[in-house]
Amino acid sequence: MENTPMICADQVRFRYDDQKDVWAVNGAGMTVKKGEFVVVLGANGCGKSTLAKHFNAILLPESGTVTVEGIPTTDEARLYDIRQRVGMVFQNPDNQIVATVVEEDVAFALENLGVPPEEIRRRVDEAMRMTGIYKHRLKGPHKLSGGQKQRVAIAGVIAMRPDCLVLDESTAMLDPRGREKVMSTIGHLNRDFGITVVAITHYMEEAAQADRVLVMSEGRVVMEGTPQQVFSQADKLHSLHLDVPQAVELRDELVKAGVPMPEGIIDEGSCAKALYDLLK
Amino acid sequence: MLRDITIGQHFPGNSVVHRMDPRMKLLVTVLYIVVLFAASNPLGLALSIGLLALLYVAAKIPLKLITKSLKPIMPVVLFTAILNLFFITGQGQPLFHWWFLKIYEEGVRYAVLMAVRVLALIAGTSLLTYTTSPIVLTDAIERVLNPLAKLHLPVHELAMMMTIALRFIPTLIEETDKIMNAQKARGAQLDSGTLKQRIQALVPVLIPLFISAFRRADELAMAMECRCYRGGEGRTRLKVLHCGARDWLCLAVCLAAFAAVLSTRWIWQGIAL
Amino acid sequence: MAAIIETQHLTHIYGAGMPDATVALEDVSFSVEAGDFVGIIGSTGSGKSTLISHFNGLLKPTSGKVLVDGQDIWADPSQIRKFRFLVGMVMQYPEYQLFEETVYKDIAFGPKNMGLSEPEIDRRVHRAAEFCGLPIDYLNRSPFELSGGQKRRVAIAGVLAMEPRILVLDEPAAGLDPEGRDTILSQIRQYHKDTGTTVLLVSHSMEDIARYANRVLVMDQRRVAMYDEVEKVFARAPELLELGLSVPQVTKIFLKLREMGLDIATDVYTTPYAVKTVLKALEAKKEAAGC
Repeated sequence: MENTPMICADQVRFRYDDQKDVWAVNGAGMTVKKGEFVVVLGANGCGKSTLAKHFNAILLPESGTVTVEGIPTTDEARLYDIRQRVGMVFQNPDNQIVATVVEEDVAFALENLGVPPEEIRRRVDEAMRMTGIYKHRLKGPHKLSGGQKQRVAIAGVIAMRPDCLVLDESTAMLDPRGREKVMSTIGHLNRDFGITVVAITHYMEEAAQADRVLVMSEGRVVMEGTPQQVFSQADKLHSLHLDVPQAVELRDELVKAGVPMPEGIIDEGSCAKALYDLLK
Repeated sequence: MLRDITIGQHFPGNSVVHRMDPRMKLLVTVLYIVVLFAASNPLGLALSIGLLALLYVAAKIPLKLITKSLKPIMPVVLFTAILNLFFITGQGQPLFHWWFLKIYEEGVRYAVLMAVRVLALIAGTSLLTYTTSPIVLTDAIERVLNPLAKLHLPVHELAMMMTIALRFIPTLIEETDKIMNAQKARGAQLDSGTLKQRIQALVPVLIPLFISAFRRADELAMAMECRCYRGGEGRTRLKVLHCGARDWLCLAVCLAAFAAVLSTRWIWQGIAL
Repeated sequence: MAAIIETQHLTHIYGAGMPDATVALEDVSFSVEAGDFVGIIGSTGSGKSTLISHFNGLLKPTSGKVLVDGQDIWADPSQIRKFRFLVGMVMQYPEYQLFEETVYKDIAFGPKNMGLSEPEIDRRVHRAAEFCGLPIDYLNRSPFELSGGQKRRVAIAGVLAMEPRILVLDEPAAGLDPEGRDTILSQIRQYHKDTGTTVLLVSHSMEDIARYANRVLVMDQRRVAMYDEVEKVFARAPELLELGLSVPQVTKIFLKLREMGLDIATDVYTTPYAVKTVLKALEAKKEAAGC
């Protein structure tokens, strides 16, 4: 079972209106290995959010297949099993918190799953500590900042002890500080607890932290590779209406100006190192 | 400013009243209302107000809060009292007679008793909301009504709706504030003009508010599904309510006190006779 | 040049006189000259939203004054609408305030409230739509059929159509993809250039402020922490980081180089300027080696 992929999507096609020939996802395929940190990039309307909703059977493909640890998402008998394995966090933190007290909200999924109260208590406390919101456990959600609310939402999903976390632009509405905090929380869950992460984002700096980057366009996966491989193709990214991190942009501009810069620069650390070697 | 409105006047604390099992509190509150109406003689009312005052002291609720919760309904109470005052006809000579207005002794008595009773009722139910957080209260209502679920009444669904409403009230108030500001920035006049103009001026606020509420509902439903929500069946709870010896003792004390108040029905008759 | 917006000892306290009163702005004095493009930054809770809500009188100062075009906007409270038309305000996520049946009617809402004539409203709606890159055939569509980015542009057009002399935008690019972001911000810059309108842009993104603004106002803990030309503010990058603000990635790279012991400028905040700085440093190194 070790080698079963966490998520495997194959030739997935999906449209919201079955009267029209407009496909939100049009033959997308991707495999996410266990323990991986995958980032999905793409301009608005490229189908990345729609595809993500297939990963825990919120949407079912019109054709093609999606499996979660080998279970097809069409297997209705295992619907809650799938949703417990793949937790999902959305963009607007306000619209995914159900209860009026933080800890009650974190407990929501476990209550739905019929977990005994003592076990709920243990897992809720554990999830709140893992996401760093334990000290806010008795507050009302409206008293929290955007970043804190989003971490409450993540805790609510983590309490189910999922194997995989899917984040659908979960940092888009946050300020830089909140975004940083949420990203470091996710990094911590991935590294230290082995939770597989699939993050959809518009922020190129977040993509630079991933093990693997996928780029979607018009309902398909059109680029795939390590952040280094993907960001080395700046022109192609631009043609897909995407950006590269400024570190990459600087490196490419310097190369154009005739300055010898090494390949594989994706973040400020590697860029500063290369410049230092050049200028010292 | 809309955001100044506080909803669910919960006053957190750790008193005996706060710690009492919410189901018991609910039961005691309902009984208190019954007693208020059943023992509607001056002595009974005086006793029940004294009892309530004791509970307020035990709960350590500042007097200021009580007056604050009574203030908004004062006009209504006064209005009904005045109606009672003039429209209750009694036997014997009216105390006061001017044009078509007559005041009888019965009218005075009835008006005063009625006003006091309504005020005691509001103060009593306020004590429940002051000492019980809305979510715990919702939970208690769900559990008290749970037997009705067997009759296919959607008890869990109603409780869930209440919880979500409580959760989204602050969010929607904030949102209304934002939309009002946005439209004011475009020159909308929301606080002047005739009634008709004011109602029309609300359209640019209400339409975006409804659209946003529907969008939120949609997203929330999806987030709930992602967290395996499937209705009330088979659900467990983080917090289990259990009645301890102290709760039963409190209930016993309250019941005894209520019985004493109720007995004034007959005692008062004796005095009056 | 005359100041078009000026605050004098502006203080705002939410719930003044109540037990839960919170100070949101404290003794803020600064002025913006006509034709400037000012970027406003500050972490959440620094008071920047409260500040901008004073410019068009959505909030009233607890003490101090707000002057627009030299006039105290609260001199006669009944005239406050005049200043709302003078200072156009685009709120955060402005697409959520659309309400009319058609894009045209929604854009016309502001001008109509100004009491303009039909032909004038028509001219303004078309002009604003054009600035925001909305094709003419969109005007008769329902705004609710459009994509998120398009709705946002309709909402911005609704404010531009009032032809304010000062345009205040609160995070106009929040939540958009990189292209949508660039499109909207370039349109705002173009509008600024073509009409000479004073622009105040609130943003969390230093990259955006570096690219578009000529002056920066930094808010911190309810006060003005810095207010200067862009390059002078970014030259103080370490202080900005201390205030909990993020600086552009290129600035971070040059700060790192300085930390590693290189003698190099740190007021770098855009890529072209960074390239220039590196080339200059290389030349200096060659010369040094040549000697």
